[in-house]
Amino acid sequence: MIDFELPPQVKQARDMVHMVAENMMRPIAREYDEREHEKPWDFLNAMWEASKATNPVSFGGGAKKDPGAPSVRNLQTVVSIEELSWGDAGLYLSIPNPGLGGAAVAAAGTPEQRERFLARFRSGPPKWGAMAITEPHCGSDTAAITTTAVRDGDHWVLNGTKIFVTSGKMAAQESDGFVVVWATVDKSAGRAGIKAFVVERGTPGMTVVKVEDKMGIRASDTAMIVFENCRIPLDNILGSPEVQRSTEGFKGAMATFDATRPAVAASAIGIGRAALDFVRAELEKQGIKIRYGVSRNKLTAIERDFMDMEAALQAARLLTWRAAWLMDQGRHNNLEASMAKAKAGLAVTQVTQKAVELLGPLGYSRKYLLEKWMRDAKINDIFEGTQQINLLVVARRILGYSSKELN
Amino acid sequence: MVSFEPSEEQRLIRDTVAEFARERVRPQARASDETGEIPSELIQQGWELGLTQALIPEAYGGAGEAHSAVTSVLAIEELAWADLSIACHLLAPRLLVVPVVEAGTEEQKDAILPRYAQANFAAATAAVVEPRWDFDLAELSVTATLENGSYVLQGTKCFVPLASVAEHLAVFARLQGSDEVGVFLVDRSTPGVSILEREKNMGLKGLATYEVAFERCRLPAERRLGGPSGCDVNRLLNLQRVALAAAAVGVARASFEYARDYAKERKAFGVYIAQKQAIAFMLAEMAIEIDAARLLTWEAAWKLDRGEDATREAVLAKQYAANMALMVADRGVQILGGHGYIRDHLVELFLRNARGFATFEGLLTA
Repeated sequence: MIDFELPPQVKQARDMVHMVAENMMRPIAREYDEREHEKPWDFLNAMWEASKATNPVSFGGGAKKDPGAPSVRNLQTVVSIEELSWGDAGLYLSIPNPGLGGAAVAAAGTPEQRERFLARFRSGPPKWGAMAITEPHCGSDTAAITTTAVRDGDHWVLNGTKIFVTSGKMAAQESDGFVVVWATVDKSAGRAGIKAFVVERGTPGMTVVKVEDKMGIRASDTAMIVFENCRIPLDNILGSPEVQRSTEGFKGAMATFDATRPAVAASAIGIGRAALDFVRAELEKQGIKIRYGVSRNKLTAIERDFMDMEAALQAARLLTWRAAWLMDQGRHNNLEASMAKAKAGLAVTQVTQKAVELLGPLGYSRKYLLEKWMRDAKINDIFEGTQQINLLVVARRILGYSSKELN
Repeated sequence: MVSFEPSEEQRLIRDTVAEFARERVRPQARASDETGEIPSELIQQGWELGLTQALIPEAYGGAGEAHSAVTSVLAIEELAWADLSIACHLLAPRLLVVPVVEAGTEEQKDAILPRYAQANFAAATAAVVEPRWDFDLAELSVTATLENGSYVLQGTKCFVPLASVAEHLAVFARLQGSDEVGVFLVDRSTPGVSILEREKNMGLKGLATYEVAFERCRLPAERRLGGPSGCDVNRLLNLQRVALAAAAVGVARASFEYARDYAKERKAFGVYIAQKQAIAFMLAEMAIEIDAARLLTWEAAWKLDRGEDATREAVLAKQYAANMALMVADRGVQILGGHGYIRDHLVELFLRNARGFATFEGLLTA
């Protein structure tokens, strides 16, 4: 039955998270945008204390196993992320949690590994997990990864450089966290040779060499991490160490994106909604109300723009809910996850840029958060697969092409 | 509870309509566009799907199924996918029946509904749009004036489907001397109703639409839909908007699928053109935008089914879907290149039809 009513527990979670966004995030949003590389510890500690029991904002983590019990977990996750990002996307990204590394462990790890790496997120001081994929010479082309993992007795030895690691510094250095590192065990095998490895914080040979200065999401650290003869235990590999002819293992790792892309889309929508709320409020101060149902030819340019922005945002939200809902049903959502991400990333980039234009000096001034939201929004069109990579995924799916047939 | 899956019953209806659309309607699409005619046996077969009779209460001879905008938009997308003109022709009686079922008095239901519960197609229609550059409910030029217990209609409508054969017209008119809009149930044979020439449009050529003039057309007062206090005209318009949004999704999907299949067969530079990112990305964006518009449409329809005011959702869905359909249909032609411009292929027809959604009002109702 087609239905758009959020279940009561999701509404409840949404309302609770909204209070956090409004009361704890908005008031410090500007400050930690300006004070890049400093951490809002009061906020982070509070979020950790509130979340460690339930971890309401952890990433999806694949399909549910029991088809009998209806789940709303992923739907609740995207709805909550939208609220947090409405509060502040940079702060949301900096909240201590298993993060993308945790999502990889949850998706590809054994029960033993899940317990070993994820149990810590339920107690003790704040912790972060991170994922290291991108390298200086390759981003979306993950098959071109050159970081190596070589077996040496009871250990894997990692060598290489990773960039753009979200919360990398917090995970690798500042907390009892871990970094999931993608590395190749056999370059000649291409994608099939790429495996994911868990590196515990403080492992000798893992060094955070740089934290990037960014256009937006400045409250979140984005680290460059160098691995130099970094030795990790043999059983820190996620999935089988065997290099198979097929790319099943690689596909397993890529499946993480099916959970994280809707999460990124949701974050984008939260930012877009913040911008739209602000524009609406400013217009109302001027006595301008959006008139729905009046002939389009009679609407002002502002009304037209506003309605287009609103519709694009709502369309992106519904695509995102669909991708999350499919996951909750235990169904494949690879196509729908990329559709949501591609749509939301672009829509919100355009919505926030338009919002700055509509409000003129109010939009451009750092006195208000709108210019920041525009800067924050753009990352959603880039990370977890750029707009173009997601179009490529969608195109392959709708055309029935392999990555060889369409590249 | 959020769900993106039609119910069993809705799926059955959609699949049945989809099969008819694919097997019977689509093969007739080009011929109808060229000749301006739709074979009456095709309309009769479509009528037998029961999309109109189903929502007429049993007391008036129908199947008495609850009127659902969601179910309607599922069916409308499929028919519009096959051919917009035939879809509009087939569903035109709903333009009258839905308002009467939704808002009619007992008397009005009794007078109108049994005629459209029958086994043979009976034409009916609505007169909504007026021959001016924009459609605005607040500025309708067709007026209804209360004179000695009768309403007198005056003014001209356009884009009225099947007006020349319709037995009844639901006429949207402004009440003289007020901002109020009423819907009037008019027999075509009423003195003062003139069906003018069949209109010639860029697209929608299979559908017979007409200008209709009302010249001191006098109606008994009880022909105002809903009785003396009228009805929720906005709701009726919103049902029309979501229907058009669904039709726009259908037309867009038709163009997308046509172009996709073509791109997988046409070779250039040694590969299928679908293997080129320039084409593949266009198709990917088309697919995303179609789904985006469909979900907005479903949401608006769902809200209407809950009896809530869905003006914002319906307006946004209609507008979004109209823009989307034009973008998608244009790309459909573009992907076929020169071949897309030739009338051997349907994509040019889809583009001509898609352009109309910015203009269309009152051609369909959910």
